[in-house]
Formats: sequence, structure tokens, C-alpha cells
Amino acid sequence: MSRMSRLLALTVMVVLAGCGKPEFSDAEKKTIASLALSALPPLKPDTTNRFADVPAAAALGSTLFFDTGMSRDGTVSCSTCHKIDRQFQDDLPQAVGVGRTNRRTMPLAGVAHDPWFFWDGRRDSLWAQALTPLENPLEQAGNRAAVAHYIKARFGERYERIFGLLPDLSNVPANASPLGTDAEKAAWNAMPDQQAEDVNRVFANIGKAIAAFERSIAPPQTRFDRFAAALATGAPPQGDDAFSAEEIQGLKLFIGKANCVTCHNGPRFTDNSFHNTGVPPIKDLPPDRGRIDAVAQVEADPFNCLGAFRDGDAGACGELRFMVKGGPELIRAYKTPSLRGAATRPPYMHAGQFLSLDEVLAHYSKAPASVEGTSEVHPLQLSDRERAALVAFLKTLAE
Amino acid sequence: MASLWRYLLAGLGLAALLAGILAVVYLTAPRSPQLAGPDTSRSKTTANGLFVASFEPERGVIRQGELQSWLLTLKTVAGAPVEGAAITISGGMPQHSHGLPTSPQATNYLGDGRYRIEGLKFTMSGWWQLRFAISAAAGSDTVIFNVVL
Repeated sequence: MSRMSRLLALTVMVVLAGCGKPEFSDAEKKTIASLALSALPPLKPDTTNRFADVPAAAALGSTLFFDTGMSRDGTVSCSTCHKIDRQFQDDLPQAVGVGRTNRRTMPLAGVAHDPWFFWDGRRDSLWAQALTPLENPLEQAGNRAAVAHYIKARFGERYERIFGLLPDLSNVPANASPLGTDAEKAAWNAMPDQQAEDVNRVFANIGKAIAAFERSIAPPQTRFDRFAAALATGAPPQGDDAFSAEEIQGLKLFIGKANCVTCHNGPRFTDNSFHNTGVPPIKDLPPDRGRIDAVAQVEADPFNCLGAFRDGDAGACGELRFMVKGGPELIRAYKTPSLRGAATRPPYMHAGQFLSLDEVLAHYSKAPASVEGTSEVHPLQLSDRERAALVAFLKTLAE
Repeated sequence: MASLWRYLLAGLGLAALLAGILAVVYLTAPRSPQLAGPDTSRSKTTANGLFVASFEPERGVIRQGELQSWLLTLKTVAGAPVEGAAITISGGMPQHSHGLPTSPQATNYLGDGRYRIEGLKFTMSGWWQLRFAISAAAGSDTVIFNVVL
């Protein structure tokens, strides 16, 4: 090699090193920091549930979460679908309790940060949510009178130490609920108002105990969070925390061209809102219109924030007071799910429509029209490599 | 010794050449058009000139994803506070063609032309528009505020 060509090679190397652009722009770094678990604020107190942070209530709640005794046939508990060793979900396209439901079980990590519950937000607090499956004929298929009797018989002492004296239930029918079978409804309607309120109060407290337990289910640190922490300090990520070129490309797409971060934002990767993304319905399931049909349900729920069983003042009820009550945007709109841990819990979407993340990305890339209402998603034209990079990045949220 | 000087000279020459090329590339590159961002001023005259409206977050800062209240202050062009106004609020994100995720409302009159607007929530970063329809003794008018997160 001549001196001249050596010199040339040296110069080229120096120039290339000088021109090597940083992996992330300042704007990208800011977005990445906003997605890190360290950006998650501490759980706010739930003033609507004065037992939310009472350890004895959480302990009773955890017992009840795994207890099958409140279901109609004694076989179904919360944990039947919210499996503790499976991110509190069940890997099924639609949850199966006493019967087969029409929706995918949602995982529970960080659930207490949500303003709305279920895929369509038909409940407005964690404790009101916890009551709903107890009486859903396809989930636990119980009824609130039977639940009250069961609690008194099985957990009476524990209940009273937390919530105070149980009401006299001796004249309460064995089975009664405003939402149950015809016989249960008739039994409920025949109950004096005070008795119905007593049962509702016990029932609400059950929800508050289960919610107190669920508040402890927090999302774990992931490889992405360790990578983000290193990026924020400027130190190179150590060992396994370093991202591959493909994972970096996926992260850049996620917060850039692929627009994922528009809705999947913040440390839980959700805007806590509802969107129609054109996800197709499943043929043999009952009609499902998402958020538009949930508005009336949450307004009618006696356990909602503006109802008689809320603790604290109505200042905590802003989400319900100022919710959007109508409009075409609510048709087939479903909650943006958190993407933490998503890579290891297929199938995806509100009724398990897609079997893999690749199918999800194919859907968003193509952006088909919605069967009803208008999809907010626009076609992306992601290449196979780009889709694979996004999947590689999403996996870092589950490691 | 002489060869070292030759190296240095050649290196300097190459560096100068490169600097020249880079300068030409940068100076002749088409400027990306500066996108005129939306007008984010917090104080405006309403569309038909009936009122002067000011719009500020009540706690001074905007926090993405949290319910918050803002204050809308209405004055006449002469500077007198506008009392007893009926206010309705709509809006959304023009670039995403969707509306607001909440239904903000004017919940309280605080005196001196100031109205509390409760129930605002900005669920994503970007350009938000809030449109106020104002009806008072002087007549009806509208004003649009842009908020960029």
C-alpha cells in the first residue's frame, strides 16, 4: 500500500467517525424517556374507595380474588381468567368463565392507573369493575344476595374488622339481584329499599377489597426500561441491556414513522382512551359496538363514581362527569391496551382477533376500513423488515 | 522529516477540500420549508371581534393525560369583564381528524370575566384545537385556541 493510499484511508476513517450521527435525536430521546417505567407516577390515592390502601382490605381482596365460592357453580374466581402466572390473563381469544364471553381477558399490571375499565370502559373504577364479572352470567354468574350471604358465612369476621358490622341478612333471599335471572330480579324487586341498600353496601365493599388487592399488581422493569435508563444518563447500556440494530430500528419506527406512540404513549404505552382501529368483528359472536354502547352502561351503574357507594367527594368523578357521551368516533372504539408484556401474551385485540404481533402489524400496515364507524388508522406501507423490527422492539417490553 | 511535512500538507489539503465540498452541499441544499406552526397565543379577539378571550391552564402547566381545568377570561374590546356568558366547547386534533377525548364544560363563573373550564384532557402530544362558542349580552361569537404539546 502506498503512503498516499494509506493517508487517504486514514482521512476517510476520520471523516466517517466525525460524521457518524448519534443513534437518537434529542426529540427521540425525550419520547423514549416518556415511555420508560421510571416516568410512571406513583399510584394516586383512590378517594372513592377509602379501603384502597388498607392492608387488611387488600389481604381479604386477594383471598376473594382466588376464591371460587362467589360463582354460581363454585368453579370460577377472578383468577380463573386473570391467571397469576400468566400476567393475570388467560391466553384465550375470549375469556371462559361459566360460559364463553365475547371479549379477551385483560392483563392487570398497572390496572389501578386506568381511568376506565373493560375494553369499552363500561365501568369507571377498579372496585366497580371487580363487581361486574361476579354477576355476569357468562363469567361468575353469581348474584349479590348470594355473595352477601357467602361473605357473612365464610369471611364474616374478617369483613367486619375492615368494614364494620355486617347488616342483618336473615330476611334477604338466598338469590337476588337486579341483573340476574327473572326469579332473582323478582326476588330483588320484592326486597325493601333498606335491605337492597344493605346488600349493595356489602357488595360494594367486596369490590373495594378486591380493588385494594389489585392496586398492588405493578408492571415489572423490562429490558426496554434498562435501555432507556442508560440512554438517559448517556452511559452505554451494559450487556444484555444493549439493543440490537433491529431493536433500535423498531424503537425508532415505533416513535416515528409507524405512529404507534400516538396512542401507545406514556410509561404504560396507552393513552387510556378509546379508538376505532378497524379491527374486524368475529363472526359467531354477538354484535359488539364498543365504547358507544358502554356510555349508557356506566351512567346507569349504581356503583359508579356519582352513585351512593362512592367514598370521598364527587371531585374525584371528573372522568365520568366530562366523558364524551356520543358521536360517531365512539362506534367500535376500544381501549388502547398497554403494550408492556404484550409480546408474550397472544392473541391480540378485544376479542383475540389476531394470533401474533405480526398479524397485528399487518393489520395496522394495511389499515382496512371498519365494518361500522370510521377507523382512525391510516395505511403505513411497512416493509417486512420494518414489521420484524417493530416486533423485535415489542419483545424488549416483555423481557 | 521532509516526508512528515508532505503528509501534513496533504492531510490539510484533503481536509480543506472536504470542508469545501461539505460547504457547497449544505449551502445549496434546498431548505426544508419552515412549517408555520399554529398560532398558539393565549389571548385573542373572537372571530367577529365581539370579545377578547384569554385561555390559561389554571395551575400554570399542561400535563399530558390528566384531567385539568383552564380559565377562560372574557372581556369586551373596551376591556370590561363579560358576565353571564353561555359557553360551549368543542375541538380535537386537526392532523388526526378526531375530536376531544373528553367533554369539557364551563362549570363556574369566578368573577371579573373569568370562567372555569373543567374536564380538559390532552391524551397525546401534537396539535390540539379548542373552539369556544360564546353567547353573552353583546351577542354570540367564537374563538379557537391552539395548544401544542
